[in-house]
Amino acid sequence: MVIINIDGQDYQAREGQNILQACLSLGLNLPYFCWHPAMGSIGACRQCAVVQFQNAEDERGRIVMACMTPVTDGARFSLGGDKASTFRRNIVESLMLNHPHDCPVCAEGGECHLQDMTVMVGHRDRRYRGRKNTHRNQYLGPLIHHEMNRCITCYRCTRYYRDYAGGHDLAAMAAHDHIYFGRHTDGVLENEFAGNLVEVCPTGVFTDKTLVQHYTRKWDLQSAPSVCVGCAVGCNTMPGERYGKLKRIHNRFNAEVNGYFLCDRGRFGAGFVNSPQRLDYAAARNADGSYDAIQPDAALKLAAELLQPDNKLAGIGSPRASLESNFLLQQLVGAGNCSPGFSALDHALIPYTLQLLQQSPARIASLQDIESADAVLVLGEDVTNTAPRIALALRQAVRSRAFELAAELKLEPWQDAAVRNLAQNQRSPLDSYLSAESKLDDIARHCIRCNPEQIADHANAIVSALNGGTADSDSASDIARSLLAARRPLIVSGSGAQSAAVLEAAAAIVNALHRVNPATMISLSVPECNSLGAALLSSDVSPSIAALAERAVKGDIDTLVILENDLTRRCSPQTLALLYDNISNIIALDALDTATVSEAALVLPCATFADSEGTLVSSEGRAQRYFPVISTTLDRQPGWYWLLQLGRAARRDDFAELLHFDAVSAACAAHYGQLAAISAAAPLHDFVSHGLKVPRQPHRYSGRTAMRANVSVQEPRQTQDGESPLAYSMEGLNRDQGGLLPFVWSPGWNSNQAVHKFQSEAGGPLRGGSAGVRLLDETTDSSGSPAAKPGLPETGQWLLVPRYRIFGSDELSVRSEVIAELAGEPLLELNAADAASLGLGQDDALCIEGAAAIAVRINDSLPGGCIGFSAGYEATRSLVAGSRVAVSKAVDWASSRSQIISSDGGSRHV
Amino acid sequence: MSDGLTMLFGLFVLLGAVGAAAALTWFERRLLGIWQDRYGPNRLGPFGSGQVLADMLKLLTKHDWVPPFADKLVFIFAPTAIVVAMLLGFAVVPFSSSLYIIDLNIGLLFFLGMTSLAVYSVLLGGLASNNKYALLGGLRSAAQMVSYEVFMGLSLIGVVMLTGSFSMRDIVEAQRDGWYCISQFLGLCVFIVAGIAESHRLPFDLPEAEHELTAGFHTEYGGMKFAMFMLGEYLGLMLICCMIVTLFFGGWLGPILPAVVWFVIKVFVLICFFILLRAAIPRPRYDQLMSLGWKYMLPLTLINLVVTGAVALSLAEV
Amino acid sequence: MFEAVFSQFRSIWRILGHSFSRAETVQYPEQKPYLAPRYRGRIVLTLDPDGEERCVACNLCAVACPVDCIALQQGVREDGRWYPEFFRINFSRCIMCGMCEEACPTYAIQLTPDFEMCEYQRQSMVYEKEHLQIAGTGKYPDYNFYRVSGLKIAGKDKGEALNEASPIDIRSLMP
Repeated sequence: MVIINIDGQDYQAREGQNILQACLSLGLNLPYFCWHPAMGSIGACRQCAVVQFQNAEDERGRIVMACMTPVTDGARFSLGGDKASTFRRNIVESLMLNHPHDCPVCAEGGECHLQDMTVMVGHRDRRYRGRKNTHRNQYLGPLIHHEMNRCITCYRCTRYYRDYAGGHDLAAMAAHDHIYFGRHTDGVLENEFAGNLVEVCPTGVFTDKTLVQHYTRKWDLQSAPSVCVGCAVGCNTMPGERYGKLKRIHNRFNAEVNGYFLCDRGRFGAGFVNSPQRLDYAAARNADGSYDAIQPDAALKLAAELLQPDNKLAGIGSPRASLESNFLLQQLVGAGNCSPGFSALDHALIPYTLQLLQQSPARIASLQDIESADAVLVLGEDVTNTAPRIALALRQAVRSRAFELAAELKLEPWQDAAVRNLAQNQRSPLDSYLSAESKLDDIARHCIRCNPEQIADHANAIVSALNGGTADSDSASDIARSLLAARRPLIVSGSGAQSAAVLEAAAAIVNALHRVNPATMISLSVPECNSLGAALLSSDVSPSIAALAERAVKGDIDTLVILENDLTRRCSPQTLALLYDNISNIIALDALDTATVSEAALVLPCATFADSEGTLVSSEGRAQRYFPVISTTLDRQPGWYWLLQLGRAARRDDFAELLHFDAVSAACAAHYGQLAAISAAAPLHDFVSHGLKVPRQPHRYSGRTAMRANVSVQEPRQTQDGESPLAYSMEGLNRDQGGLLPFVWSPGWNSNQAVHKFQSEAGGPLRGGSAGVRLLDETTDSSGSPAAKPGLPETGQWLLVPRYRIFGSDELSVRSEVIAELAGEPLLELNAADAASLGLGQDDALCIEGAAAIAVRINDSLPGGCIGFSAGYEATRSLVAGSRVAVSKAVDWASSRSQIISSDGGSRHV
Repeated sequence: MSDGLTMLFGLFVLLGAVGAAAALTWFERRLLGIWQDRYGPNRLGPFGSGQVLADMLKLLTKHDWVPPFADKLVFIFAPTAIVVAMLLGFAVVPFSSSLYIIDLNIGLLFFLGMTSLAVYSVLLGGLASNNKYALLGGLRSAAQMVSYEVFMGLSLIGVVMLTGSFSMRDIVEAQRDGWYCISQFLGLCVFIVAGIAESHRLPFDLPEAEHELTAGFHTEYGGMKFAMFMLGEYLGLMLICCMIVTLFFGGWLGPILPAVVWFVIKVFVLICFFILLRAAIPRPRYDQLMSLGWKYMLPLTLINLVVTGAVALSLAEV
Repeated sequence: MFEAVFSQFRSIWRILGHSFSRAETVQYPEQKPYLAPRYRGRIVLTLDPDGEERCVACNLCAVACPVDCIALQQGVREDGRWYPEFFRINFSRCIMCGMCEEACPTYAIQLTPDFEMCEYQRQSMVYEKEHLQIAGTGKYPDYNFYRVSGLKIAGKDKGEALNEASPIDIRSLMP
């Protein structure tokens, strides 16, 4: 720490910061635009001007940009002086020359950094009488709205999009006051992280298109700390609610996890919460197969009959349901009768992944760790599409080389332009073994395409090279060398390739590397938000769905409880038929109407992540709590609540003690040693800050006495939340609660830039600690080998490899309108040579094993003999990754397809 | 007068006093209206005089409620006490040389006794309500009344000295040569102030003091019990005015017009004066009220007493 | 002391003087008081000079409202205009403070000199958009927000608003 003097007062500041960061960390209000804690300084906007004095005698000083000036001991600055503040006011005035009169109809209004800064510098009147420049907007896809008139040319968007996120199709164009930020032509933004432009842009050029259609100002949004359910990374989010609808997802800062950015699946993929397919009421099936909505108590009465003590129970949990829900299901039906609800392949793979993570001596990398890695090896996991936020972190990891170079020249890492100029194309090594191209190829050193089996072979070669042997290929020895040379090497893999061999190989590399370098890190991806949690709850006795089906055939199951799981995504229609035909009493709990729900005798409507609480375990092994942002409406209840009621209805003694969510959580923690810490993942429901719960509503929340007045002018009492430390209220203090951050606001800082007021220093971790607890930090030596590999059908010569898509492969997000729009058609991909051998062209289709035809795309990045299929699509559900199948060219495909397109009326976005 | 006639007249005074008190509520509001440049109640009946009836109906039909936390017996007894005490006070008022209910030889003492009884009503009402505002109001009234009782009595001693009798009729008759408002001016001033304080009318309505104590001692009262307190207050006002007229302004004495008419006119003018005080003078602070009583009123009374005594003595010697 | 006593008598005298001054009371409802156009009474929503809805659902009135009695939801019309899908004022809560009118950037919400809005049912005090909307411009006949705003709507392209230059051709190399 050094002393700097600002306006005659001495402050302590950390060396290595710039003055802007130091001022903000000290709580001083210094306006800025182009600086971003994650992207560093370029000094473009000239807004953070301060006066620096040479020495104690200097009276005049000179204006410097705070963001470009490093903290030095004894430096003297003037922040509030006339000279600096006039300069800053003039800068804002000139930025506002062309700013349109849009605030009332701008989706940024009320959380606009430009508004905040304008007020902060005291600019009010536009003195310039000339005409305002205008621009035409572009269509940038269904997610982002473009309004170029509002631009203040801070360059944050291109710096984020191109430099940080690695996008190519957004750029600054033209010159001087013609400057334009957009694509070369209208079209959907290609980058998977484009949604962050909404938060990065300090004004309303890029706004959330899904929000603009039914817009709500930030001050009217009721929000709560939540966790993204789009994938297993566990990014922290702040969903916003108004009038019972989920309006938007904003990033919730967590220094160890997602930092400032989310992927587009996470940001725009929560629309399923508002889906018309949400289940509203409990329903019982009639004899004719139709359903009648019934009262909750009637439903529980019915459930009590189905759950009689002499009935043989079984349950199917879900990797997308919370730990607590899965735990209660297990308690209800017994661990030996409860399937974790994985697909046949995942049933072996996910527990194996967990086992590898538990046994691995290396640190399981958080996203923050990933960003700090200086050599990365990706094995078989297309993270851009399975765990997108990891891909963005990997893009930062390859910059480690740049920071090393900068450090040699004593350049501060925040000197963004200088560091980038210095490094040019020098990157830390990132090597990938994948079955096809990936979005990270542009930063990768070696991109080796091979099928999962070959990946394992290559990996073994690397292991031998690491152990001092010789590798049989140049690339393997090259990779081994750079991994050994790295200070913080990282191995990224996961269950995405659906191959235990790949995981095993990844673990072998990590183990070999860890013996040499204890700073080695591992990151294994799993498919769903609580896959790891479900695996933690399962054990050797947990049956697979297929095993349950076998039991059902034997008549060993009277009643089956299915928790938030669409079984059609998990197993073959044959297995399902065995289940449904042999079990007459199925109780299904889900939030959305699925094919599985339609098979149940009793359907109970569940709450989603947005209207319930629960704990999820991310692929990092971090248990994180999400809290309801919408109070449950209609007869929807959280899964854990329904299961608790079911247990009560069945007169189970062990359920009598469990009254609150916290009790369920604690019981779960008590049952499983590995989960002992989950109760500490977030404050308990009785947490109070300064005597009050943490408010979900900002203090300007409007319309309280009118929003329900159309129903009744008598205002009901505020909804009470006995289950969480948050209140459906404006009253209370939102400060320094770390992970329990429902919204960011600070006086004078209405935009999301206010987050620095909640950080221990600008850009640092939140005061009060980062959200969540890491569960898997202790290495356990529960030795074991991968569970028996399920027999894969080998009926032909074509190896099926899964190809994931950020939009479309995930179950929940694709139920959101905009994501469905972007999901596109399922495809089968194979390389040109293979296609030619099958006589396929670009517009042809393939039938696999005589199933329905799927369109073909020629993709030369695929190795020969492989067919990549779009994973997670309805048409490709019957395809099992890793199996070898026979294929045939579909007949009459082109003609039938053209008919579909013409009847479709054409696509909106050409 | 025969006993029967006296009984009849007593009944007449009883009804008249109560009726007049009721009418006074309307009259006061009209008069205040005039002095505050507005109308006051003017909607019901001629000049809004129907308001009296309306108010009465409203009060009569109101829920007769006793708070569950109150001392029930005392709570009900308190408002009756003030009305009874005030009505009894009228017994010794001589409306003319022949029109009176009773001419006690200790008439004046009887009057003082009755007004002293009234304090119990307020005090008990405040205590029984079991409410902090009511209690504060009751405490204030106790202190206020006990203090002002002292020089209210003392201020009249001058009159008694000059007359040589406690009988009201004797006092009036003694004023044929000159009203005591001249010879006993100091006594009159003190008596008026003390009278206002005794009847806790504005500006000395500290026991109520709606700005500080909600409604003071009768916070918990409603309906007819509240009406009794109001009735007591207006009866007190009239009684004090009757007394002032009797003791200082020559009672029924006056030329031409019948004696009763003179008496009524004098009382009426005094009542108007009391209402004017209410319209014009703000309420003092509680400690100011006390210091006024003990630091100024008491010495003044004593001076009056000494001077009167000396003069009376010197006159008697001659 | 003397002064204090004197001032009491003086005020008694002055009050007595008021016996002869006229009452200020306006005998409502027989006599109606004069209400200026700026009087803060019943709230209305107005139309712009072209007969289009003025309200752009910016929510500023709602946030300015000290009793939080305004609730609305924004929507976007086909022509690009923002409009309130619903607009609700709970007049049983409204204190007629006029802050919403102050906050309104489009002169859409205006207070009128009508204060006689008693109801027997509190529920009838809840006014929806159809109850609030009037067929005129109210106190500000000329203002049209979209003529000033940079937003493109049907019939007004970019660069056609007040004081705007026509859109820049970014492919031009001219300075």
